[in-house]
Amino acid sequence: MISFVTRIGDSFLYLVRDQGRMGIFLMSAVMGIFARPFRFREVVRQIRIIGANSFAVIFFTAIFTGMVLGLQGYYTLRKFGSEGLLGSAVALSLIRELGPVLTALMVTGRAGSAMCAEIGIMRNTEQIDALECMAVNPFRYLITPKFLATIISIPILTQFFNVIGIAGGYVAGVLLLGVNPGAYYNGIEQSVVNEDINLGIVKSFVFALLVVWICTGRGYFVHILRNAGFGAEGVSRATTQAVVLSSISVLVWDYLITAIML
Amino acid sequence: MSPPIIEFRNVVKCFGQQRVLDGVSVSFAAGMTTVIAGGSGQGKSVTLKLILGLISPDSGEILVNGRDITKMKLSELNRIREKFGVLFQGAALLDSMTVFENVSLPLRERTNYRSQEIVDRVKKMLAQFDLDGHEEKYPAQLSGGMKKRVGLARALMLQPEIMLFDEPTTGLDPQITMDIYRLFFQMQKQFGYTSIIVSHDIPKVFNLADQVVLLNKGKMITFLSPEDIPLSMDPRIVTFAAETMGNIYSSRKMEQNI
Repeated sequence: MISFVTRIGDSFLYLVRDQGRMGIFLMSAVMGIFARPFRFREVVRQIRIIGANSFAVIFFTAIFTGMVLGLQGYYTLRKFGSEGLLGSAVALSLIRELGPVLTALMVTGRAGSAMCAEIGIMRNTEQIDALECMAVNPFRYLITPKFLATIISIPILTQFFNVIGIAGGYVAGVLLLGVNPGAYYNGIEQSVVNEDINLGIVKSFVFALLVVWICTGRGYFVHILRNAGFGAEGVSRATTQAVVLSSISVLVWDYLITAIML
Repeated sequence: MSPPIIEFRNVVKCFGQQRVLDGVSVSFAAGMTTVIAGGSGQGKSVTLKLILGLISPDSGEILVNGRDITKMKLSELNRIREKFGVLFQGAALLDSMTVFENVSLPLRERTNYRSQEIVDRVKKMLAQFDLDGHEEKYPAQLSGGMKKRVGLARALMLQPEIMLFDEPTTGLDPQITMDIYRLFFQMQKQFGYTSIIVSHDIPKVFNLADQVVLLNKGKMITFLSPEDIPLSMDPRIVTFAAETMGNIYSSRKMEQNI
């Protein structure tokens, strides 16, 4: 009984310490933006790695998500004789929900896991210690460029996702199932308002912060993560943990932001 | 004897239930070479990390040039760290960077030199380490000995006052090990740094030492010189000498029974 209580207490203390560490980590990464010299070239390089190189994944996810929405939406709306609302249904689903959420999840899988593994390996091979020993701030040098690049990339990728998804809906609904193209575009024009776009943008910024924070943080603290093990196994477990935690956080915050802003 | 450049005062460091350093008090004299010896898991690398402020002690003071680094802000600690050069066990080269980028990193980050001056200084340093022609290679394309030489070149770029070596010859063949030791002598003569070496390479590494410190069960035993080791009557030192400097088997009979 005592050992059970001890374990719960120990887990609770670990959780509190972990949250504290991650809070300080976030603050240090943000402070890194103001530290000089600013690593502009590295930020651009990271935008290419995290943003531009994720475009193909975003393209295929968006086009097929849009096509499935077009297909499902068409057969559902046809029951009520409202096929003309297909454009509206596809666009609102994408702009308000699916665009930001799926973009964040795809970037987590493609770039977030890579960031976590890269930083975790650097930690395990003493590369981060080496930076600190050379009096080089590892946040300014390593973490902050990834933060900035992710926060710039995900909102832009989300807008691409929305546009490509709407085009996918057009392909399935208009070209394959024969919905009137004018009705499709008119539906979008009539139903999408600034608030919808703002909601999507706010979500994409928050999701970007969550993804980069969790993924880089898990990698940075790989050596003190509980049950993560050491060496390659530790990095592998930290990466899994980062992807799972980021994905769940995106979905939880999706609900919270929607509830607050609607 | 020179005044201490680094001093431990009653330093305690625990990891969970394990008390790695148990009230250690030791001083490292300026301009001298100290070898820290001891078995695996006795806290040798922890001692180096404490000196660098990478980890904090649970209690006690660590003085560098008379100033306690355990009570410093990060900005002050970074100024102290500029005095240090470190050669890590695995060299700790940034693996996404070339040899040139690794060695030039301290200059780019810590000085205001123009890019041509950085190129000149790095090329000069690489030539000293017999690494010219390897500037564009990545760490994964280098042998163990070359990685150590690049690590040493990077550590010396800012002409540190104190050099810390964490297992500088682990994993290297005897010939490369001797090359590294020769480089060590050459560079110390050139730069005049104080050095602290953590090593398993006993007794060879004692050739470099002015002072030897033995870590045993969380305590440090200091000798004035490596020559004192075989003369000591302290049972801990006698055991250490027998285990590390003696024959593989304690008798011919034991050897024949294997």
